[in-house]
Amino acid sequence: MTRIPLLAAALSILLPIVAAAETMKMAVTTSFQNSGLAEVLVPRIAEETGVDVELIVVGTGQALRLGEAGDVDAVLVHSRAAEEAFVAAGHATHRTPFMYNDFVVLGPVADPADVTGAGTAPEAMTRIAAAEASFVSRGDDSGTHKAELALWEDAGMAPEGTWYRPVGAGMGASLNTAVGMGAYILSDRATWLNFDNKADMAILFEGDPALFNQYAYLPVNPAKGDHLKADAAGSVENWLVSATARDLIDGYRVGGEQVFTFNAEQ
Amino acid sequence: MQDLLAGLGRALHLIVTLDPELIEITLRSLGVTLTALAIACAIGLPLGGWLAVRRFRLRRAAIAALNALIGLPPVVVGLVVYLLLSRSGPLGVLGLLFTPAAMIAAQAVIITPLVASIAHQAMRDLWADYHDLLISMNATRWQRIATLLIDGRRGLLTAALAGFGRAIGEVGAVMIVGGNIEGATRVLTTAIALETGRGDFALALGLGVILIGLSLAVSVASHWALRTERRGRW
Repeated sequence: MTRIPLLAAALSILLPIVAAAETMKMAVTTSFQNSGLAEVLVPRIAEETGVDVELIVVGTGQALRLGEAGDVDAVLVHSRAAEEAFVAAGHATHRTPFMYNDFVVLGPVADPADVTGAGTAPEAMTRIAAAEASFVSRGDDSGTHKAELALWEDAGMAPEGTWYRPVGAGMGASLNTAVGMGAYILSDRATWLNFDNKADMAILFEGDPALFNQYAYLPVNPAKGDHLKADAAGSVENWLVSATARDLIDGYRVGGEQVFTFNAEQ
Repeated sequence: MQDLLAGLGRALHLIVTLDPELIEITLRSLGVTLTALAIACAIGLPLGGWLAVRRFRLRRAAIAALNALIGLPPVVVGLVVYLLLSRSGPLGVLGLLFTPAAMIAAQAVIITPLVASIAHQAMRDLWADYHDLLISMNATRWQRIATLLIDGRRGLLTAALAGFGRAIGEVGAVMIVGGNIEGATRVLTTAIALETGRGDFALALGLGVILIGLSLAVSVASHWALRTERRGRW
């Protein structure tokens, strides 16, 4: 049976990794991972704090659910209202805002709804709705989805009709859908710059302060159980607001552009 | 078309350069699925044999239920296993969520009905041939099942390979209970989903080619090991 050594090798991978470093689980949003910033920060955190951070990549809604159940030691998300409710419910002791990026409105280069000419973000949304141009919504209760809903609310309207397509998927999958349909979509800048399947889509509207996207770190309340690694979560939090983190976050470039800005209170 | 060719090229490149991350996730895919398959066979094969030789009142209902369970949506299995293993769930104290063990459990649940059903069908036909012989030898029920398992090994191999195929290509359940953690629970299918999300279709497709190749290799290796389908033999 020549398969036995292979099986043994495979099984050895299944066994828990015995590492000197402490490991903790952190639920993060798809945009944090898809932007590529995670690959820069996580190895440095391991190096400098000795904490191996394992990422569970989900939408903000599911990330908060995982924190609520005590299945992760911390969450890193971007939806202020949901975060404050999370803290108020006692699932986390506090929230630590530490960086932001911004959302951009993407669409086909031909721009049938003339979003480029809009003065504000809500106006851009109104123009898409007025033209009934296809719009792909994340529709997954994520931070980006909530930001999009807030923009519709600012525009004083509820998007309805066949042109409005909630796909219930992560940022990358939704971008693929929008590209395939030639539809408008709201995305965070970092994910878009890192995205390989851009086809004939481009950033059509950007720069409105309403598109500001604050990321925060929330350590899950250690009262939820002894299995939670509060010490590790604390070290990571201290690192995220440190000068090293500031230099890495501000220095991170995608296609020559800075995409995240560090803004933790020091 | 360009993307498809780029995918094949990427697959070739990954294999030729023996990319260490690729080897790691491939071995993990294989390890998780083979372990799940071992569990599914340990339950499913005797269950299939038992349903073939045993006559009882609810047999038809049991077989119908088994066949219906083949269609269990993996994402639902994933969600149920997640809720069971979550820290706030009944088995939370085990701390198995987001580990390969949780992925094995989910896959085993998904493929056990399939393995049992195909095994049952294979052994039911064999039982028709062996019935008189085994009864006249006064074989016990477990001796009968053991005979069917041994002599029906080709059909059982098909059952195992079908289970393997369904488990190795499964993404919905392992994504939920494993979490696609790099270096811990990332397997081929979840890596493909991740790269598709990043819009890197070539890498996603390259991984897909490797996944298909892996299934093929396992199938050929198991036929060779059990010496079935050899030339000159029927």
